[in-house]
Amino acid sequence: MSATSPSILQALSPSDTEDVAQRRALLAEIDASCRGTLMLFFGAALVWLLIGTVFALIASWKMHSPDFLADIPWLTFGRVRPAHLNAVVFGFASEAAIAVTLWLICRLCRAPLMHGWVVNIAGVFWNIGVAIGIGGILAGHSTAIEWLEIPGYATPLLFVSYALIAIWGIITFRFRREKHLYVSQWYLLAALFWFPWLYSAAQILLIMEPVRGVVQATVNWWFAHNVLGLWFTPIGIGAIYYFIPKVLGIPVYKYSLSVIGFWSLALFYNWNGMHHLVGGPLPAWLITVSIVASVMMTIPVVTVGLNHHFTMWGSFHKLKDSPVLRFMVFGGMSYTVTSLHGVLLALRSVSEVTHFTHSTIAHAHQGMYAFFTMVMFGAIYYIVPRIIQVEWPSARLISIHFWASAIGIMLYIVPLIIGGTLQGVAMINPDVPFLDPNKYSVVTMTVPYLRVRSVSGFIILVGHLAFATSFIWIVARWIKAARQHQPTPIVSNV
Amino acid sequence: MNYGPIIFLGVFLTIASSWIGLVLIPQVQFGRQQEVKIEETGEIYPTVRPGLAQQGMEIYKANGCIYCHSQQVRPEGYGADIARNWGQRRTVSRDYLHDNPVMLGTMRTGPDLSNIGVRQTSVLWHLQHLYNPQITSKGSIMPPFRFLFEKRKAGDKPSPDALALPKEFAPEPGSEIVPKPEARALVQYLLSLKANAPLPEAR
Ligand code: HEC
Repeated sequence: MSATSPSILQALSPSDTEDVAQRRALLAEIDASCRGTLMLFFGAALVWLLIGTVFALIASWKMHSPDFLADIPWLTFGRVRPAHLNAVVFGFASEAAIAVTLWLICRLCRAPLMHGWVVNIAGVFWNIGVAIGIGGILAGHSTAIEWLEIPGYATPLLFVSYALIAIWGIITFRFRREKHLYVSQWYLLAALFWFPWLYSAAQILLIMEPVRGVVQATVNWWFAHNVLGLWFTPIGIGAIYYFIPKVLGIPVYKYSLSVIGFWSLALFYNWNGMHHLVGGPLPAWLITVSIVASVMMTIPVVTVGLNHHFTMWGSFHKLKDSPVLRFMVFGGMSYTVTSLHGVLLALRSVSEVTHFTHSTIAHAHQGMYAFFTMVMFGAIYYIVPRIIQVEWPSARLISIHFWASAIGIMLYIVPLIIGGTLQGVAMINPDVPFLDPNKYSVVTMTVPYLRVRSVSGFIILVGHLAFATSFIWIVARWIKAARQHQPTPIVSNV
Repeated sequence: MNYGPIIFLGVFLTIASSWIGLVLIPQVQFGRQQEVKIEETGEIYPTVRPGLAQQGMEIYKANGCIYCHSQQVRPEGYGADIARNWGQRRTVSRDYLHDNPVMLGTMRTGPDLSNIGVRQTSVLWHLQHLYNPQITSKGSIMPPFRFLFEKRKAGDKPSPDALALPKEFAPEPGSEIVPKPEARALVQYLLSLKANAPLPEAR
């Protein structure tokens, strides 16, 4: 849309048609259009991250020391745990995901975010919904349906806010100036479309007009697994596809691989959920279908993994200089590992041991934290300075954040996968007592691993505090800079 | 080329497929399952829970027992559920007809509870266990639910409602521990958990 017509040379070589200055101006315009909205979502996400981390620590501590805070009903284990999940999933992760998605769509479509205030209002209501929901869980109004604990009086608010955001994302896409679609956009648009479908179907069939009997369990796990598979995963992968090549300044390794990766994910992931019910009171065919689909997930996982790996090939030394790259690569590698581990866990023979144990919990954190959350951290570190035009004040804080999160989560996952597997081995052996304070028993053997988990939680908390400090600091600088640009207001003396 | 419409179509079709496969077809296949008459006893199974037990289910929901207890027995030869006496048979879809929500659970920090009403029938045991699991199960990591009980000033002789407690767990002299209605309802719910009717499909 240039005002002047391109020169002959430019017209012959389309990649050169764009004037660098013009391009810069457009990017600046896009970033400016996203500024308020993104800072709102990132700020709120950070608050939920901290709240969620504190809930996590309380829950974790209670698991090995059940008398801790035992007499406060709203802090009993069975309430703090879902409060933690909902705070980090719908407060932190979803809000970070929304902000990163909107920005990536704007950037890749070369279209500014129009009427950002609509999204801001939706964001405010989303946060109110999450707050009411978590308050409700703590007050004892949980639905007791995993991943959908938020009571029915808060969920319509969430749904409407979300729908508004998704529509806005898709409208922005409709107004794109860049006709070429990059692979990240596929993932992001798909996620924007999938989530409301999942959420509304689950709400209707489980909360508003509940289906009868164990069909509830199939709806529950169709939803819960797909929140990971069709909401967080595509956004995480979409972000990696953007940021790794961007930071390195090179194209992705093979475009064709990304096409295979996307469609095989779309095809197989949404059939995975029933592997959470292996051995359960459901027809065998349902569970078999999900196990097969879970095994098929090897295809998208390996193609995406290879694609990212070979894009990075020869550039691993850059990890030293770029914190964004570090978070992204850590996330990308975790995605490969966690997904392949997930394939294993879905097998009947493995599930017999690991199902119902802490190893599942470890696996969930590997996906949600070691993969998704790390990618979001990286994205936030990349995006924030660009939209507010202020540099991160301290490289050391970012470094502390990275190492605390990385070491903390590894210390969480590895021991708990081992401990959980041993717990499963003990559980399927009827000669091992379930509880015996003086012998090797299913309950007592887990305790040391649960203690290690609490330690890892503190390390992760340190990382999050470093992140929060950085964020508050950069916002303070931003406000200060904005003040300096404006005329000083006249101070009234009255 | 503009791939937008193709992507939207594909994205729509993929999720629609699993929605049909994992939600709609199960609903058609067993969403309208009915009670049956058990041949051996002539009773209709499953029955709707009595009111107090139903209230107890709300307490179970509210306090997140599901995060540590499953309610499903896996078949003989798959896991040790039956060997651990968590049930005499596997559970099947019909067992859950009147449960809303269905709380199959995904975690066994504690034992499966599908048949706790068969295995542990003592109200006193359950109340003591809820008040403080260490009373009945030393070394347990189940949280105490003391907030489902209240401490009262005792009269000259203990009131009939008071919970009998071993010495080291008893309150100071002059007071007594009385279960709140929530605790009693919860115990009734636990006692109602029995998935042992000899269903033909579970043999
Ligand atoms: C933090 C995990 C945890 C939570 C939450 C929890 N439990 Fe437990 N529960 C256990 C463990 C561990 C045991 C085994 C040791 C014992 O008997 O205390 C157990 C045992 C039991 C038993 C005895 C089972 C048997 O076979 O003897 C019952 C009944 C029970 N729990 C009921 C409940 C109820 C009701 C709730 C919710 C109000 C609840 N539990 C919440 C961990 C938990």
